[in-house]
Amino acid sequence: MSVQKLKYILQIADNALIMGHRLSEWCGHGPILEQDIALTNIALDHLGQARSLYQYAAEQFNELPRAEQEKVFTSPALQAIIAGGQPIDEDDMAYLRDGWDFYNVLLVEQANKDWAYTAARSLYYDTFNYHFYTGLQNSNDETLAAIAEKSLKEVTYHMRWSSEWVIRLGDGTAESHKRMQEAASYLWQYTGELCTMVETDKAMYKAGTGVNLDELKTKWATAIGKVLDEATLAQPEEGWMQQGGKEGRHTEHLGYILAEMQYMQRTYPNMEW
Amino acid sequence: MSQQETEHKSEWPLWEVFIRSKAGLDHKHVGSLHAADAQMAIENARDVYTRRMEGVSIWVVESKYLHTSDPDESASMYEPANDKIYRHPTFYNLPDELKHM
Repeated sequence: MSVQKLKYILQIADNALIMGHRLSEWCGHGPILEQDIALTNIALDHLGQARSLYQYAAEQFNELPRAEQEKVFTSPALQAIIAGGQPIDEDDMAYLRDGWDFYNVLLVEQANKDWAYTAARSLYYDTFNYHFYTGLQNSNDETLAAIAEKSLKEVTYHMRWSSEWVIRLGDGTAESHKRMQEAASYLWQYTGELCTMVETDKAMYKAGTGVNLDELKTKWATAIGKVLDEATLAQPEEGWMQQGGKEGRHTEHLGYILAEMQYMQRTYPNMEW
Repeated sequence: MSQQETEHKSEWPLWEVFIRSKAGLDHKHVGSLHAADAQMAIENARDVYTRRMEGVSIWVVESKYLHTSDPDESASMYEPANDKIYRHPTFYNLPDELKHM
């Protein structure tokens, strides 16, 4: 077990948790009841994936030698537990890490804004996720391979949902086309990071555990191109790509997400209901 | 005034949803929902009516295509069957070996 592997699991888990949280913000605010439920279902899928991955991450963390455990995270609340000699669990992973200890991509923390932004963000992420989990099924890590296989069925539906909405709005009225184009173009700057291999990705790919993101890039771009085409949307222009999330450098959005998500556990430690 | 005329213009049409709970059984009416087209209706039905493993197959039909019998005519439509008990196949003597009839 290595710290790299732990960070790799957390990358995947954090993507799922933050994406799920963002989508859950639509609960009770969906444009119609049916879509409100659709998004809540999808949010719960992400949360379920995050749970499996955090359980595995916590398990892996607890097996690390003490000296290494102390170096992995710098979040004070988590360090306090580690210093107390307690094993950590999935909840500690989700609720006690600060933003800089989160490794999700910047894309998933971007705001919902409106239905077009939500659909575009989902399209970019779901398409990545679909190809990523497809690759991860062949991981030499049995747990990750099993989680990938189970998640892939869910992710296939997510991708169908987001593709259809992007097509529906892009190829809809003049107003919906304009807003869908704006969302697709704005979020484009956050897509470069999805298939950029940071140190963790490279190490895990080399070890046979991780997915080759360079290979994935072409598949992702082809799939996205097809959907944009069908949606009569223009391919966003290539330009500066934002990155840093996978290494713990985030946009301002993450802080707000964590504040809302974590305050209860931090105010009333170990609270259950 | 028909239902369609009273329905607000900006609202998506209403669909009736039928779910088959497992292979071999019939599709049963489970409820209705709004959707812009058939594909969306099936997906909405999946999200609204099969969240708890209720089904393996979905049918949807736009509600306006369903035609129903008139409740005011139920006396002439259904009551005549009440005293035709001989239409039930209960007067045959079945051999004991025959179980699932």
